[in-house]
Amino acid sequence: MLEVSGITQIFGGVTALEDVSFSINRGEITGVIGPNGAGKTTLFNIISGIYTQTSGRVFLNGREISGLPPEKLAHLKMVRTFQNIELFGGMTVLENVMVGLHTRSSSGLLACSLRMPWSRVEESGIREAAMKWLEFTGITDLADMTAGNLPFGKGRMLEIARALAVEPEIILMDEPAAGLNSQETLGLARLIRQIRDLGITVVLVEHDMELVMDICERIVVLNLGRKLAEGSPREIQDNPEVIAAYLGDE
Amino acid sequence: MSRDLLKFLAFAVLVLLAPLYFKGGYLMNVLVFVGIHTMLAIGLNLLLGYAGQISLGHAGFFGMGAYLSGILTATYAWNPWLAMPLAALLVGALAFMIGFPILKLKGHYLAMATLGMGIIIYIVFNETIDLTGGPSGLSGIPSLSIGTFTFDSDVKNYYLIWSITLGTILLTLNLANSRVGRALRAVHDSEVAARVVGVNARLLKVQIFALSAVISSVAGSLYAHTMTFVAPASFGFNFSVELLTMVVIGGLGSIYGSFLGAALLTLLPEFLRAAHDYDIIIYGGLLMLMVMFMPGGLVRGIPDLFRMLVKGRGGDGHA
Repeated sequence: MLEVSGITQIFGGVTALEDVSFSINRGEITGVIGPNGAGKTTLFNIISGIYTQTSGRVFLNGREISGLPPEKLAHLKMVRTFQNIELFGGMTVLENVMVGLHTRSSSGLLACSLRMPWSRVEESGIREAAMKWLEFTGITDLADMTAGNLPFGKGRMLEIARALAVEPEIILMDEPAAGLNSQETLGLARLIRQIRDLGITVVLVEHDMELVMDICERIVVLNLGRKLAEGSPREIQDNPEVIAAYLGDE
Repeated sequence: MSRDLLKFLAFAVLVLLAPLYFKGGYLMNVLVFVGIHTMLAIGLNLLLGYAGQISLGHAGFFGMGAYLSGILTATYAWNPWLAMPLAALLVGALAFMIGFPILKLKGHYLAMATLGMGIIIYIVFNETIDLTGGPSGLSGIPSLSIGTFTFDSDVKNYYLIWSITLGTILLTLNLANSRVGRALRAVHDSEVAARVVGVNARLLKVQIFALSAVISSVAGSLYAHTMTFVAPASFGFNFSVELLTMVVIGGLGSIYGSFLGAALLTLLPEFLRAAHDYDIIIYGGLLMLMVMFMPGGLVRGIPDLFRMLVKGRGGDGHA
């Protein structure tokens, strides 16, 4: 589904990622873990088109996507969320998700200004679909609230709802459990499984080991910009190199 | 139908009935300018209030519309109704081309670039004397007419300009409440998040910059035919700042707010005749006060103030 091949990223004199390669299987939940500074977020920013890598290539369904801007990737059905949630703070919760349906609709400047019949039909379709995603993430009751006023946990749900509205085949989540309490984290785990059950491939960068070991089917471990290991949660837990990286060498 | 449409119809009825109240007095002429300024403020508000991109050069687009219409009709005897859309098209195309490079810039840099653009356009008006008449202006621009009916009085111009202004309000309200309007506000709030869900932020910003220039150009054409005379002084940096003040005072991201801001800043000078030389100081002061105490503009500030007063009278202590 997603293939990362030989990614190297150098910032100034610092090598953030060095020759990282792995591939993500369709329909699985994959976790990317690693100690602080391992390069996880940098990797996500490259895959999602926010940074352009120094070298290496990224493929989505066999098609090279290196260097494509994020809006193109959304059209190719890949979407991401952010560690420090990026909401449209001045808009309502419902409107936030409606923006997520941008790629699913096409009325332009002129059709929208003139409220052409087809753009009105499209608009009500957008509203309906957005409501469906609010329901899926359990925040229907907050639909008319201004997104900027949401508590953090609900904001996280909204960001996921908005990403799902794109109807992606693959969703990248950057530390979705960050800032959530244990109750919310349980809800998140349930939600991520439900997303997988929709047939959407999930990739997450995460610090919460319990969550990762609980929901991920495969794990990629990064350390100091290199891939350290790759495998099932069991294999990773038993891998001496991974243990050393996390706990330090004896 | 919807509440929005009712609100618009109520507003339109008020606008159409206003001349009965003012009985064609001097204020009619001022209200014609409220209409033109409302269009301009709406155009700038789409860019600043919705998309979150500043322009300090919009007086330039206004001036280009005015001069293109003026030159084509006064010098080359074109039909004004043909000159107006052609001017709008040219100004829109120019804005589209300028927009691509300069809308890559953000914040202060974009402000500086648009400021420069406005100043260059102003210099062109002044220096291309053969075309524009230079600093002494261009006269002999015909009034608009339909068949043998000429819009040559304040009341006639009022209805002409306000029909077009009302049309602009309706279309931009539609736009604001559509997927494009939402995408604009999304780009304003978080450009990266908007892009991630598939909004082509760069193209959208350029499109809205061009649309905003087109609206300004049409306002400029109407201005030229109403005044029958144009001079560069009306399209300088001061006027760009005045437009910005209208948008901020009225309310960023509100179409009716643009009307309130335009109305206030057009009517105010009429009541402050004595302080004429100090108008830019008064605008500056107003802008500061608004940003400090009513950042949402009049359109949100007045209802808030009202609620606060009502609550205060209710006696719950902290008014």
